[in-house]
Amino acid sequence: MGFKRDQLIAVLMLLPSILLIALFVYGFIGNTVYVSMTDWGKDAALALDPVKNFVGLKNYADLFTGFLDGRFRQDLVNAVFYSFFLVAGSLAFGLFLAVLLDRNPKGERFFQTVFLYPLSLSFIVSGTIWRWLLAPDGGLNVLPVFIGLPKLEFQWLSSLETTLTFNWQYLPRLLVIMISLVVLVISLFILGKGSRKTGAGVGILGFLLLAIGIFGKDLLPTILFMEEIHGLNMATIGIIIAAVWQYSGYTMALFLAGLRGIPRDLVKAARLDGASEWQYYRRIAIPMLKPITLSAVIILSHISLKIFDLIFAMTGPDNVEAGHPSLLMYLTTFRANQFAKGASIAVVLFILAAIFIVPYIVSSYQGRKAAEL
Amino acid sequence: MKTQISPGRLILYSLLILMVIVYLIPVYMTIITALKFPEDINLLTSWDFPDRINWGSFSQAYDKLGPNLTNSIILTITATILSTLLGSLNGYVFSKWKFRGSETIFTLFLFGMFIPYQIILIPLFQVLRALNIYGGLPGLILAHVVYGIPITSLIFRNFYAQIPTGLIKSAQLDGAGFFRIYCRIVFPLSAPGFVVASIWQFTQIWNEFLWGICLTRHTSNPITVGLAQLAGGQAVNWNMPMAGSIMAGLPVVLVYIFLGKYFIRGLLEGAIKE
Repeated sequence: MGFKRDQLIAVLMLLPSILLIALFVYGFIGNTVYVSMTDWGKDAALALDPVKNFVGLKNYADLFTGFLDGRFRQDLVNAVFYSFFLVAGSLAFGLFLAVLLDRNPKGERFFQTVFLYPLSLSFIVSGTIWRWLLAPDGGLNVLPVFIGLPKLEFQWLSSLETTLTFNWQYLPRLLVIMISLVVLVISLFILGKGSRKTGAGVGILGFLLLAIGIFGKDLLPTILFMEEIHGLNMATIGIIIAAVWQYSGYTMALFLAGLRGIPRDLVKAARLDGASEWQYYRRIAIPMLKPITLSAVIILSHISLKIFDLIFAMTGPDNVEAGHPSLLMYLTTFRANQFAKGASIAVVLFILAAIFIVPYIVSSYQGRKAAEL
Repeated sequence: MKTQISPGRLILYSLLILMVIVYLIPVYMTIITALKFPEDINLLTSWDFPDRINWGSFSQAYDKLGPNLTNSIILTITATILSTLLGSLNGYVFSKWKFRGSETIFTLFLFGMFIPYQIILIPLFQVLRALNIYGGLPGLILAHVVYGIPITSLIFRNFYAQIPTGLIKSAQLDGAGFFRIYCRIVFPLSAPGFVVASIWQFTQIWNEFLWGICLTRHTSNPITVGLAQLAGGQAVNWNMPMAGSIMAGLPVVLVYIFLGKYFIRGLLEGAIKE
């Protein structure tokens, strides 16, 4: 009796959760992928068993190259900028705060509490507050007046300005150029490790791609029949500031845990060798934070896809300039009842997230396996 | 003894105080705006402390948000209890009753924590409608319990890993089974795990917005949806949304201030791999 039976009970106790996850996570993802390849959303879209015809990848083709879906493309560009600035800003501020607190100031608990409390708030609460702070004629814009400067005129959330623009027609070329740069960096890295032949080979490949990207006007397709300009919309800046304000405390907590985890012996040895504070952080501490930085980048990129709530609270869902695919998915699906197209936007979002998440989860799985052996 | 303050320390403290001001400015603005009368709110004096205090903002905001607050309280408490209990059981199996493939299953669970929820929204909407629980709190509770499984299982699995396996083995030798070990040994040691997991779930569920707006009808809207609607109107008197923000934010901030170290533990749990 005994062990075998108990092991069976254990599996049975887990079974409901396994089934729920299998259905609600994996089954639903599969269903959304399927829906994205249909035309659900015409008549009686809200019927419990609506008419769906299989249309293949048509919805995706529309999103990326269709005449009517320019808003999706700008939202996608916005998403890249939102993610990039949220990650970069939170890492920079978080590291700065962590280094300050690592100096063991008096009242450290107090400071830590102050820097972290925004994290506990809902994006809706912080968004409401920041919307007021960024009101065109008040809030932050009048702050310079207190030190005798003219007040700012920047329209934080309703600016129509755009910088860093590019033409969507040439997206394939831009992507090739970006990939070529990555390849070139990899080749330098390989060269640095000492394997000349491979490095040079990869380098040549990189230059080839770069040349195709720059000169291959006719080699690569133009994916839109008309010029369409996208770029960094200035209306997103205020939202990014609010997001960084809210999430830099999180990276601070991660980095501080990392800095505190550095063995005391190492810190002492560095001191004995006469390393200055600056050298200590530059040469020893910060390089040791690499794994934590990687975790932070992944978690923050994932959070940046949830910026839905913050944008909703700060500009409402209908502000085109500050849009994000997650909002567009909501509008397309639940306002316009175009379920299939909404599903295809969701799949694009999902793929963006999976690029970061899957390697992270696989490596944590391997880490656990290794720890057990 | 007199402590000497070096220039380095002076810079350190000035930077820290500067950052404290930056982080607290929104709080200051929220409080003073909430305490103003609508006619006293104008953009040029928005930073000034009010000359006369208007406590009425809070009762006005409560008139609008009261039902939402009730919904959020019911939702958060129910879903938190259910999902931490489920997580505790799962964590117990994942850490003390490992079987072939249990690590793979655990990894597949974790993936569910990281998906953007738009990807499951349409089928979720359809399934809740088919089950006839769309629009009300039960559907929302179901969603929070199901999608809370990954994080709560993770927290409890890591927590139970600290309980020596020898303890379990010797109980087994004494003839204790799966449930007896859980009730007599594991569960009584679980208090810190429950604190970390329920604080995490409490803040997540209280703050959630996407499902709230997509899956509930007006009468079942949680506080976040109520606040977004209160603040989203065109000609808003800003004292009301600010008072509403305080109502929606205070519960989680209080939890954070008084139970901060557990909150941070939950936070790090999700990020730092063992």
